[in-house]
Parts: sequence; C-alpha cells; structure tokens
Amino acid sequence: MKRIDSPKKLEDIRKEIIGARDPDKPCITICSGTGCRAFGSENVTESFRKELKKHGLEETIDVRTTGCHGFCEKGPVVVINPHGIFYQKVSPKDTNEIITETLLNNKVIERLLYTHPETGQKIVKESEIPFYKGQMRVIFGNNGKIDPTSIDDYIAIGGYSALSITLTDYSPVEIIEIIKKSGLRGRGGGGFPAGVKWESCRNAAGNKHYVICNADEGDPGAYMDRSLLEGNPHSVLEGMIIGAYAIGSDEGYIYVRNEYPLAVRNVEIAIASLKECGLLGENILGSGLNFDIKVSRGGGAFVCGESSALVASLEGRVGEPRAKHIHRVESGIWDQPTNLNNVETWANVPLIINKGVDWYTSIGTEGSKGTKIFSLVGKVNNTGLVEVPMGMNIKEIVYEIGGGIPEGRKLKAVQTGGPSGGVIPESLMDVPVDFDRLTDVGSMMGSGGMIVMDDKTCMVDTAKYFMNFLRGESCGKCTTCREGTQRMYEILEAISNGDGKEGDIELLEELSWAVAEGSLCALGQTAPNPVLSTIRYFRDEYEAHIKEKRCPAGVCKALITYSIDEENCTGCGACKKVCPVEAITGEKKELHTIDPDKCIRCGACMAACNFDAVKVV
Amino acid sequence: MDHKCIDKILEKYGHQESSIIAILQDLQEEENYLPENDLAYISENLPIPLTRIYRIATFYNAFNLTPRGKYPVSVCMGTACHVRGAPMVFDRVRLELGIDIGGVTEDGLFSLETVNCLGACALGPIVVIGKEYHGNMTPAKVESTIKKYRKRIAKEK
Ligand SMILES: Cc1cc2nc3c(=O)[nH]c(=O)nc-3n(C[C@H](O)[C@H](O)[C@H](O)COP(=O)(O)O)c2cc1C
Ligand code: FES
Repeated sequence: MKRIDSPKKLEDIRKEIIGARDPDKPCITICSGTGCRAFGSENVTESFRKELKKHGLEETIDVRTTGCHGFCEKGPVVVINPHGIFYQKVSPKDTNEIITETLLNNKVIERLLYTHPETGQKIVKESEIPFYKGQMRVIFGNNGKIDPTSIDDYIAIGGYSALSITLTDYSPVEIIEIIKKSGLRGRGGGGFPAGVKWESCRNAAGNKHYVICNADEGDPGAYMDRSLLEGNPHSVLEGMIIGAYAIGSDEGYIYVRNEYPLAVRNVEIAIASLKECGLLGENILGSGLNFDIKVSRGGGAFVCGESSALVASLEGRVGEPRAKHIHRVESGIWDQPTNLNNVETWANVPLIINKGVDWYTSIGTEGSKGTKIFSLVGKVNNTGLVEVPMGMNIKEIVYEIGGGIPEGRKLKAVQTGGPSGGVIPESLMDVPVDFDRLTDVGSMMGSGGMIVMDDKTCMVDTAKYFMNFLRGESCGKCTTCREGTQRMYEILEAISNGDGKEGDIELLEELSWAVAEGSLCALGQTAPNPVLSTIRYFRDEYEAHIKEKRCPAGVCKALITYSIDEENCTGCGACKKVCPVEAITGEKKELHTIDPDKCIRCGACMAACNFDAVKVV
Repeated sequence: MDHKCIDKILEKYGHQESSIIAILQDLQEEENYLPENDLAYISENLPIPLTRIYRIATFYNAFNLTPRGKYPVSVCMGTACHVRGAPMVFDRVRLELGIDIGGVTEDGLFSLETVNCLGACALGPIVVIGKEYHGNMTPAKVESTIKKYRKRIAKEK
C-alpha cells in the first residue's frame, strides 16, 4: 500500500482504485460473518475458488468475502453482482451450478432464492426481500459490499473522506459543534449525547487525552457491535480518528470482547494497513495530527462494559467500577481525561460528517436521531441484524422486517435493553424505538438486543434467567448488588420450583428498591429492571406460579408434566428412540406413554414428535 | 510451559504489569488453561504478586485454572439461545457427557462450560465444540453431534 500523506493523495488513490475496477465485472460475494461461517461459508468460498479455476474463470469473475449481511438465519448468504441476485443457504454442492447457470448463462436458480413466507413468491434481489425492505441500512449496509480486510475496498466506497474533510475544513471545536448539533446519542446503552461528552473531555485538564471504543458487547443476545467490527472495521476506526482530532487525543484503545476472535483479527488487520499507509501514526494526512490505536482483549466479564470497570481492566486490574462522582472524561485511564464511546456510536461519526447535520437530523425522532441497529432474535421468523430509523415502532420491526412469530404462535413480549432492560408486552407494541419512550415503558434502548418472546416463554423464568446472569456477573464490590441479586435469584428460583410463598412478589419489589438504590454502578442500579418489568406486566403469571403452582407457558420444569395425546399419537416410536432415560414405553403403531417419575422433562420427545402428540401440562 | 516460551510472551508485552490480562490470555491459548507453575514463574519474572494474578485469573470468566478437555464443549446461555431452549440443550449435553460445568470426561476428551452469548444469536441455541459452531441445536441433535465427535476421534486414533 502506498503512503497516503495528504488529502489529495487520498483522492488520487481512490480514483486509482476505482479506475482499476470494472463495476460491471461479475463478482461473487460471500458473507463471512460469524453466523454464515457457522453455517460453513468458508467451505463455500473455497469451493467457488476451485470451481472458477476449473472453468478458467479466475480472471473474469471476482470472489469477495464480505462482512455480515444481517440475514444470518439464511446463511451462508451469497450475492451475485452486478445484478444483486440473492442466494440463501448455499452449500459447496451449489457452487458449480451457480457459475455455469447464473454467471455464464444469466439464469436464476429458483431453488436457492428466498421464498416469501406468505405469498410463496420467489424473490431475486436482496433489496426486495421484506427483511431488508423496511430497513434503513446507512451504517450497516456497507458490510455486504466490502471485504473487511481490504482497506482498498473501504476507500473505494468513499472511506476516509470524512476524515479528510474534517482535517482540512474544520477546527476541532467545529467538529464537536457538528456532533452536538447532529443529536448523536451513545449507542452503548446510556444514550448520553456524544458531542457533549467530547466537549467535556476536550476541556478537561490532563497531560494526555485518550479515546476508547467500547466493543465489550456484554448484552447476551446482541451482536451488532461484533458484526460492525468484523464487517466494517474501518468505519469505526475512521470515527475514532475524527474523535481524536476533535478531543485532542493521540492515543486510543479498542476494548474487544474475548469471545470475538474474528473481530479482533479484522480490527488488527485494519489498524496494520492504516499504519502502513500513514492514516494512523504521525502527521496524519499532513495535518499534524498524531494518533495511534491499540487493541485490548477483554476477559469475559460483563461488568467490564461499564466505563470505570473497563478502564480498570485496560490497566490490568480486575474490573471493579469506581464511584460515579469521579467523571471518566476527567479522570479515566491512568487518571487522564478519557472519552469512551460504543462501536456503533463511533461508526455514526463519519456518516454525520459526510452527509451533514441536516440530513442526519432528518432521520429519527425529536430526542433520538439517526438509525439504530438491533439484534432481532428469539422467537421470530427472520432473525438477524436490522438497522431501522429511530422512531419505527416495535410492531413494524417484529412483523414487517422480522416476518412475525414462527409456527403461528402468539407474540407475548419483546425484551430490550439486555439485563438492564425490561420486557415490553404485546399491548405496547406501538412504542417507537426512541431512548426516552422505551424508558417510559419500563425498558430501555440498551445496546440493541431485541429478543422476541412467544406464548411459550415464561416470564418468571425470564426474570430468573436475568437474575442468574446478574448474580454471576456482579463484581461483588457492593453488598446490595452482590447479595441482593443472589437473594432475588433464590426467590425467583423458589417460585419457579413451585415453592413460592404469598408475599414473595412484594419482597422482590422491596429488594429491587434496595439493590437499585444501594449500588455504585449501573449494573446494580438497573439489575431489578427485568424483575420489575415482568411483575408490572405479567403479575398474573407470577401469581399462577405461587398460588396455583402452575406455569402457564409450560416452561418451569417442576410445575409441568409431559404426556402423550391419545388422538395424535401414531405409535411411530420417534419419541421413545430419543428419550435419554427410557421413560417412554409403547409398542410400534400403538399409543406410547411417558412415566412421569422417570421423565426428566428434557423436551427431546416433544422435539422429535412429528404429529404434535407430546403435550405439556 | 517452557520458561523460554513464557519469557517470549513477557517480552512481547514489554514486561508491563498492565498487560497481565493479555499475558494470561496468551498463556491459556497455548496451554488450554493456566498451569500453577507457569503463574508462579510469571509472578517472579514480571514481577507481580501471585495473589494479584490469582485475583485476576478468578475474576475473569475467560480463564481456567484446571486443564480443559481436548474438545471444550461450550453451551451458549445467552438470552436469544435461552428463549429458544438452551437450558434443555445444556441439560442434555451434561447428561451425554456425564460431567458438570468445569468438569472433564475421564478420557480427557471433553470438558463442559457455558458462555453468555457467542454473538451468533440468529443460529441459537448454539453449542461450540472445539472451535466448531453447531447452530439450531435440539436435545436430540446433541446426542448425535457428540457421537460424531467420538467416532471422529476414534478414527484419528
Ligand atoms: C454493567 C454495564 C455493562 C455495559 N456494557 C456495555 C457494553 O458492552 N458496550 C457498550 O458500548 N457500553 C456498555 N455499557 C455502557 C458504558 O458504560 C458506556 O456508557 C458506553 O460505552 C459509553 O458509550 P456511548 O455513550 O457511545 O454509548 C455498560 C454499562 C454497564 C453499567
Ligand atoms: S445468545 Fe447465544 S449466541 Fe447470542
């Protein structure tokens, strides 16, 4: 890579890269995000390369491995450009046919197309699939267009032009003004105005200012940050360099979750290529800006996503939060002014500079501007990552983009905000995604987890699940958090075991108050939310567990029994075969029965039955 | 681990105390867990009190103080996987391997751990065996998947 030492050089190189590329040249793009990899996309790529070689087409057809397209459910995803033909669930067996039919003969392979679940219609183009149609993919959309390990790809789509504009046309204070006017709020959970934070950090006294990217993504059930870092690391890095200029920092860190090896790898590759061409290091683009970024891997502790715990971890200590009256922007890493922002927050920065404040503020609601990426998962047909304009309501996201609930079941609630958030019941599905409105209904925006729950999800179990998570992840520093979450878990466990007592709900509410009031950091302060919100909207379900010893959703093991329906059972023996404890008896073609004393309620028989004969009561 | 190899790791991080987490991560990558002797060696040579190393090694979920199996089995217990039946999958894995969290099978092949989200939630419930992801798991699929590994291992032998 040549050195890029001035804005002009950047534009020259951009022209050179684009000029050397033929936009009409056929290109096979294969998603290589973690989801598609898990479905075997690496084998698909290898097979494409082999087949192209066999046909002698390596020069005429390009192969590009890209970041996550978002529609992970349908992986491995392959898009054939320039026409944008979308193939789903592609396997190495299909690659030869795709080359000979689609690329050489312009024929679409019906079998690999996406089928509209309601109309049965086959859809050819990615952009026309309902999952993508309702989205506004201004941050996430480039993932599918570029190879994340290629800086050329990023430059070709306009990469680092925002940095170039920043350094030539604006002073640091002007950049802060732009970010403030854009209304950009932190995407990591708190929703704090980014420009205001930058300004305080810039104005804080210290020998050295730091900027940090929070890629700890601890919310279980959310993976937006992972996919952005994996799929388009340069957009995050560009945001950080602009931030460093505005704040007056010469050193930055990216704190990445240990469980994300591919994100670590792609970011490290991106940083190495930036250093090589001079976009990181000394005198960036000849502007006099010096800035360097280091990658630090986390140790797998949820609390380390909290700003002061993250700083402690970066310094090589255990991740225990510090008191909030010490402001991080004034005294962060090594007690120096430190500005921490989330991955997605950083990725918004180049977009705002490029497109301008007017454009950016035209998207979203009064108090929440721009788009938000959600991880739409759980009991929903189209699971994956979705980017929507702020203000879209949850119903639209679940039904129009998500395609509704599988197996024709009923939507019960949507959980947002991770362990600090809450459940939003079906009756409130009209609530828009907006920082303040979500807080009003007892949940929160959080970092972007959106977990869809159907009528087979038990709310006591959900609360117990989060409390189990939180008692394990509490760092143990504050007694209220350490003991309170433990005690709340024990009460919830007793309720789900059928040992709930009259007064337990009130006790949970009282403990909630103590935990929230008595804890230092937001982990403890928000820990009761999953319990309070489930009590608020599903109190009757708690009461059914406590008073009637019944789990209406059929989840809590101690309160359910499995049985086989006489009418539906065909005596096929599928259930008997999968039962790990030999609790099922019955002759072939005759009614089978389950011995409740032997049954461990593992659910294997239910999953194995093709006739809907296994019931839970 | 060979002391020379540990020296190399310490070298890589410039003997910086603040890099202790990264040092332990590198050690674990090589050794699969954090052997007691190696921690003592690091403590002497970084230098950093051994108690501090243990405080860190026990605080962060990423570290293991006992050897893991050749194929660590980790079941995702994240929210997305949970609502799609991860607890049932976990129970079945436990039954199939005959070990609990932190345990290792007698033949040393498998060990069991849980993780709070692997960031591939669309494929939930997920079980990772060694480095391979297995998505859309059901209790029944657990049995056949582990059998497959056992067969593969037997073949390798
Ligand atoms: C327990 C806890 C965990 C958190 N985890 C994360 C996380 O994984 N990623 C993140 O960006 N912010 C996380 N936060 C929020 C951060 O403390 C901080 O507010 C955020 O990174 C600031 O960036 P933003 O303003 O761009 O959102 C967490 C907060 C708490 C209290
Ligand atoms: S919840 Fe299991 S991968 Fe995210």
